[in-house]
Amino acid sequence: MTVRTPTRPPGTGVLRRAAARRDTGAAIPRRTVPWAQRLRRDYPLALMVAPAVILLLLFVYVPLLGNVIAFMDYQPYIPILQSPWAGLSNFTALFTDAAFWAAVVNTLEITAIQLVLFFPVPIALALLIHSLVWPWLRAVVQSVLYLPHFLSWVIVVGFFQQSLGSAGIINRWLRELDIHTINILAEPSTFKLLLSAQVIWKDAGWGTIIFLAALAAIDDSLYEAAAIDGAGAWGRFWHVTLPGIRPIIVLLLILRLGDALSVGFEQIILQRSAVGPGAAEVLDTYVYYHGVIDGNWSTGIAAGLIKGLVGLVLILAANKAAHMLGEQGVYAKS
Amino acid sequence: MSTVVRPVWAGKPQPVVLLLKALAILVALTVVLFPFLMVISTSLSSAADVTAAGGYVLWPRSVTFEAYEQILSGGLVTRAILVTAAVTAVGTTISVASTVLAAWALSRPSFFQRPVLMFVLLTFLFSPGMIPLYLMVKQLGLLDSLWSLILPSAFSVFNMIVVRGFMMGIPQELVDSAKIDGAGELRILLRIILPLSRAVIAVVALFYAVGYWNSFFNAMLYIDDTSKWTLQLVLRTYVLQGSSLVEASTDSVTPPAQSIQMAVVMIAIIPILCAYPLVQRHLTKGVLTGAVKG
Repeated sequence: MTVRTPTRPPGTGVLRRAAARRDTGAAIPRRTVPWAQRLRRDYPLALMVAPAVILLLLFVYVPLLGNVIAFMDYQPYIPILQSPWAGLSNFTALFTDAAFWAAVVNTLEITAIQLVLFFPVPIALALLIHSLVWPWLRAVVQSVLYLPHFLSWVIVVGFFQQSLGSAGIINRWLRELDIHTINILAEPSTFKLLLSAQVIWKDAGWGTIIFLAALAAIDDSLYEAAAIDGAGAWGRFWHVTLPGIRPIIVLLLILRLGDALSVGFEQIILQRSAVGPGAAEVLDTYVYYHGVIDGNWSTGIAAGLIKGLVGLVLILAANKAAHMLGEQGVYAKS
Repeated sequence: MSTVVRPVWAGKPQPVVLLLKALAILVALTVVLFPFLMVISTSLSSAADVTAAGGYVLWPRSVTFEAYEQILSGGLVTRAILVTAAVTAVGTTISVASTVLAAWALSRPSFFQRPVLMFVLLTFLFSPGMIPLYLMVKQLGLLDSLWSLILPSAFSVFNMIVVRGFMMGIPQELVDSAKIDGAGELRILLRIILPLSRAVIAVVALFYAVGYWNSFFNAMLYIDDTSKWTLQLVLRTYVLQGSSLVEASTDSVTPPAQSIQMAVVMIAIIPILCAYPLVQRHLTKGVLTGAVKG
């Protein structure tokens, strides 16, 4: 192996620039490296990042361009570029479709219900786990509660069916006791509550991770000082614990609001046939059944495009709101 | 217990509070573990026992592996297991490789670092939508091919950010000294960075593997041919649709193949139960590196 002697010790460029800035107070322009030399220097790194860039191009950016079909009258077996333009007619068709608006309403209702029922559960669980003093008990509880997150929706729905379905174990007990049986899984009126229960079962434990980290990061001396100042358990919770985890709560709330139009697609599509589209049609299932199954490709894409655009606006708005509230938000202000 | 360290300022907890806490923990653990117990017990019981017990067994009277033998002796389920295992193995390899390479390349200064990072991060803000992605997969000729289950979801930007965040924390001196010794970028990655990042890569690999193993809608959308069905599709067809979910009457006869259905569920769970303890202690670290530094 030949040892190349550097013409200059590494790092002096930076030092020299810094020193110059200190001396004169003016910024010295960065050393410019010719393109050919940069390419020769960086091509191993470029090769490394290439697979990821190709995958993102093929399966995110190019399909994104495919959204122009929303403005076309697309039929399968005709090449996309030869499809006739349709202006905004797909959107007017969409906006006059009652099923679309029903899907929008269902989606928003499910988001709202989950915000109320699901969102506080991981926080409460995290507070409970954090208050455990025996390390082994804490480890056991955490291991068990994280586990459901790794099961597929097919299995979670299966579990609920075995426990709560018409032939499930709960109804068997009810039947033995001669009490009226209920089939919660096929009941449209409580379907949205059922969805929340399933999300809680699957992900509430997993959701505690981030809150537990925030709780562990609170300085113990704050609790000590509060106790000395006469704060009881409630006072310490209100004035130390809650302010300590507030940034995380706000952050997750923003993320959830930005994602308001996505509500457990696999979970819902698995159960749609049991309760019927009236209660279970959400935006994503509308795109699938109306667009893919019924073959209304262009209106389906139009619905998907609207969902994407509204989602983009929501996440930007939620982030802006967080900055205004003085929180850090999803990405830093630049 | 004598090893308990309770801060002095916290004072002695009230018995009522302790009781409530114990109760809450007990309820939480039972709610999570109860379905597992039911599925395991039912899958290990003979058909006669299951019928006698009225459809579900909470504790098997006698243990038999009949149901497992039946589904593993060839046929649709065996095929689905092999297909899913192959997709998971190949997919996880491709995903972890592309993620680690991209994470390392984007954690090093280079002329393309900023624009490419921007290109990657922008995908957080929008998704292409279901139908455009479907049409793309169709254009590439991947419909009804197992590659359609791998390539569209092979690279996760979130996982890349997690790995990159960890790599940025590795002391620069290690990289510099290897450079002086004449190592190229790839060798530095393989010899120095990878051994140090083993924990975070294990977590990301678990995320990817679980994703492939559990993914259901991709297969429903892209795969028609039943010989290429994945385990989750089989589960949906034979466990969810084949039983009480679609039955109208409430006091129907329990399906005779209950223990077989539960055995299929168990087969889908067992690999996850096996992989889980291996990475479980790294989970928090993996999740938080991404959350804090991303």
